[in-house]
Amino acid sequence: MSVIVPLTLHDALQALAEAPDATLLAGGTDLMVELNAGHRQVTDVVSLSRVADLCTWQHDPVRQVLTLGAGITYAEIATEPIAQWVPALAQAARTVGSPQIRNAATIGGNLGTCSPAGDGLPVLSALEAVVHLRSATGSRDLPFDEFMVGPKRTARLPGELITGVSVPVLDGWQGYSKVGVRNAMVIATASVALVTDPAARRVRLALGSVGPVILRCPEAEAAAATAVDFHAASVSDSAVEHFAELARAAARPIDDHRSTAAYRRHAVGVLAGRLLRKAFPNG
Amino acid sequence: MTEAPVRDQLRGRLGDSIGRPDGVAKVQGSFEFSGDLTADGFLWGATLRSPHPHARIVRIDLSGAWRISGVEAVVTADDVPGKATYGLISDDQPVFARDVVRYVGEPVAAVAADHPDTCRRALAAIVVEYELLAPLTDPERAIDGSHEPIHPLGNVVRHQRIVRGDQTIEGPVVVEGTYHLGMQDQAFLGLEAALAVPDPGSDGVELFVATQWLHEDRKQIAACLGFAEEKVRLTLGGVGGAFGAREDISLQVHACLLALRTSRPVRMAYGREESFLGHVHRHPCTVFMRHHAHPDGRIRRIEARFVFDGGAYASTSSAVLINGITHAQGPYKCEHATVDGWAVRTNNLPCGAMRGFGVVQACFAHEGQMDKLAAAVGLDPVEIRLLNAMETGDTLITGQVIENVAPVARCITETAALPLPSEPVGGHDGDPLRLPGGSGLTADRSHIRRGIGWGVAIKNLMYSEAFDDYSTARVRLIDGVASVKFATSEVGQGFVTIAGQIARSVLGVDEVIIEPIDTSVGSAGSTSASRQTWMSGGAVDGACRLVRERLFERVGAANDIDPLRLAIDGTDVVDTEGTLRVPVVEASAGDPIDETFEHHHRPTEDLDENGQGNCHTAFAFVAHRAVVDVDPELGLVKVVQIATAQDVGRALNPLSVVGQIEGGIAQGLGLAVMEEIILVDGHVRNASFTDYLLPTFLDMPDVVISLIEEPDPMAPLGAKGVGEPPTISSTPAVVAAIRDALGKDLARVPVRPSDICL
Repeated sequence: MSVIVPLTLHDALQALAEAPDATLLAGGTDLMVELNAGHRQVTDVVSLSRVADLCTWQHDPVRQVLTLGAGITYAEIATEPIAQWVPALAQAARTVGSPQIRNAATIGGNLGTCSPAGDGLPVLSALEAVVHLRSATGSRDLPFDEFMVGPKRTARLPGELITGVSVPVLDGWQGYSKVGVRNAMVIATASVALVTDPAARRVRLALGSVGPVILRCPEAEAAAATAVDFHAASVSDSAVEHFAELARAAARPIDDHRSTAAYRRHAVGVLAGRLLRKAFPNG
Repeated sequence: MTEAPVRDQLRGRLGDSIGRPDGVAKVQGSFEFSGDLTADGFLWGATLRSPHPHARIVRIDLSGAWRISGVEAVVTADDVPGKATYGLISDDQPVFARDVVRYVGEPVAAVAADHPDTCRRALAAIVVEYELLAPLTDPERAIDGSHEPIHPLGNVVRHQRIVRGDQTIEGPVVVEGTYHLGMQDQAFLGLEAALAVPDPGSDGVELFVATQWLHEDRKQIAACLGFAEEKVRLTLGGVGGAFGAREDISLQVHACLLALRTSRPVRMAYGREESFLGHVHRHPCTVFMRHHAHPDGRIRRIEARFVFDGGAYASTSSAVLINGITHAQGPYKCEHATVDGWAVRTNNLPCGAMRGFGVVQACFAHEGQMDKLAAAVGLDPVEIRLLNAMETGDTLITGQVIENVAPVARCITETAALPLPSEPVGGHDGDPLRLPGGSGLTADRSHIRRGIGWGVAIKNLMYSEAFDDYSTARVRLIDGVASVKFATSEVGQGFVTIAGQIARSVLGVDEVIIEPIDTSVGSAGSTSASRQTWMSGGAVDGACRLVRERLFERVGAANDIDPLRLAIDGTDVVDTEGTLRVPVVEASAGDPIDETFEHHHRPTEDLDENGQGNCHTAFAFVAHRAVVDVDPELGLVKVVQIATAQDVGRALNPLSVVGQIEGGIAQGLGLAVMEEIILVDGHVRNASFTDYLLPTFLDMPDVVISLIEEPDPMAPLGAKGVGEPPTISSTPAVVAAIRDALGKDLARVPVRPSDICL
């Protein structure tokens, strides 16, 4: 096994160009678990934790865009200043593992692993985030929903590196909720991100852990867009119930050892309804 | 004659809340656990396990493993020099499967090699050809005989009835239910680990191991190795929790065998996934109960049927069964009973000892019944329990008379008197982390309903059914320093603390040395059954008293005083009828006094065919009241508070007792709402801490405690065992509180979100 520890983005891309199928190591909170459990064997590893270029963020107040380097940790996302610009992502970050895990785990790693239960992903989906990829020969940007192509499968090509992700800074309410069988430090059995964009008069909803990928809910979003009064921050109970029903309908859950499909479908409906009510508290 | 006004808290006497001698090292990470052991030139050992719940072994080809450089030994059933099988009660479990595998994870072979990776590759290179057999996974099919025997000893490990009194009594009030408990794991944090060091010439072996009972391990290991027992010497490796899972042999024989084969030290250590397969668990159990009662709620007769799924091998299933059925009445008066109990063999994971040992299963059922009975006769949960509360002198359904202190009513009333949580649903400041769902931010206060529930338990202490249970201690006093030697496994319960407190109190010394815990002294019995403070505490106390007698004889002779007039006061020997005062340091100078004492508890009896007999040694009692907040729509639970009053006899170290109570409640809460090994057709689906969930700090409620101290005359120090009761009735209390919040019947633990909301 070889481990390359580049210090710059350039060196990391070079290393990856030489070993395009190398395993990328960021915080290690997924990879090391798999290695220790013997579920995965690796030969070439490129460690990204010392690549300073990946550990930065930029807030563009004019375009209202926040760009997070792939090496930004959940602990950083959960606290100011980042948290103020993406409150739902900050909430998601706070539900990840323990403080020790949050200090190590990165947003780039969450994207790289791309589990349907990844806590950051429903928020990135609802925010219509753009994933930045680079290789030694070029770069490209992909909308999140095109980046994630299956459970733990992404559109990242051999030799490409996730350098970061950009999200809009919106002035509407946003939130993230997740259900697990424990009150902390638990993998989501169902999760929901809801983002409101008053300027565009849109409500965006994404579901986690209830399908092979993060699921957007266009029907529910369309129904909400017409049912809510952005100005009065109000929505009727019946519209909330309808929204929850459409969220349930959008889910494509399975039975496994963590839960049942029936419970997961039920839970995303409850969470979606509650989030919509929080976003528009007036009846 | 006053004691020193300021007592060094590290040098406490009985009754002082001193800290553990190993506490700082454990918190700082410098304590050496058995997984940290190492020796010059050691090899790594690893185990090949069955991937199938039931299969015939057609062929094993080891040649691939032998070809790997760095592999020093590969062993199978053919290489076991002594007895091929072992077991705590019935020796029905093979060291390595020979012809048949009976559960997923059963050891088939083991290797020793220069590196863990070499071991992994060697295991992968062993070819085992299996012919799959139909697995028996439904315990009822083990009883009804519809599945052919999966073991030469048959599919029923034990069947026992309890028949007492008038079998024709019916009603007038009748309540019944069928209760089910899932398989709980002990989930200790310190994984199985051992270091085996062969004697020169490999004609003996020394094993450093985390275990609950060194001498029983030695007996079983020596038999399998074909050695006389004295050729096998055991030293306790640092133990990171046990809870029953270290009572059975796991890697002990394998490690010794590999060390003897290679003439080199061999270190074995399980990972978490292997640990789930490598030790026994709490029995899944189905309990049917029917209570017949007077219209006022007094219990007349109970009927019950217990089915314990023991998995592939017997372990302690037969004793767990007896504990379950003999506690069917709970801590309540009951004259007439018809109880039928089965412990059966299946191709599921083997089950055996876990904190509560069969009584957890009984208690979940009888407490569910008490709430049903209360509802049927119009009483509240406290009234029905007080009405039926057992007392000293009552006769159990086994015919045994309760001779212990039995403050059941006091446990209930003192628990009821503890304050309810002052905080409203969701906490005073509306901290969303305090709501069900916790950090997932799934609810606000408007979604939550609160419930209150009760659980009360009786638990036997020590071993039962005519077992000659004893513990040994040796105490040596010289120059005012007491050295205490015992083979009592310190698994985290704190006996090393208590032993020092006993020696200081009895001998009037400040300095106590706890000698290495090993087999060079007599057996201490197992660290289980809430027995070590009573049993090994009795042994240390007895040895200290013998030493003290000798010390008094010496002082008496030197001063021409009758030794019977002498006593310990502080750190001095004093004449109670005169003025003589000699420091213990001085009186014990130069010439050591060395005494050994064996403490045996009173004999017990086997049960007869009707389940009658004085089978238990002693009993302890406890009550729990749980307050929970429930999100009915999502099925999520937050336990807000547990109040408990526990019959402890005498709190020798109140801090340590509180630790046992809080830890036991965490484990009981875990069983109530999250802890379960999920098996599908004999395969484990969640063998990791990612998916086998344990309560976190955020899941733990506030615990308010009242210690009921009525020293038990039967106990050597007046102290009852305190380890198991907290985990027993906390589970039904939490479930009763969830039922109360929802107005919904829940008959299974752990309660899953879908059980609540779908």
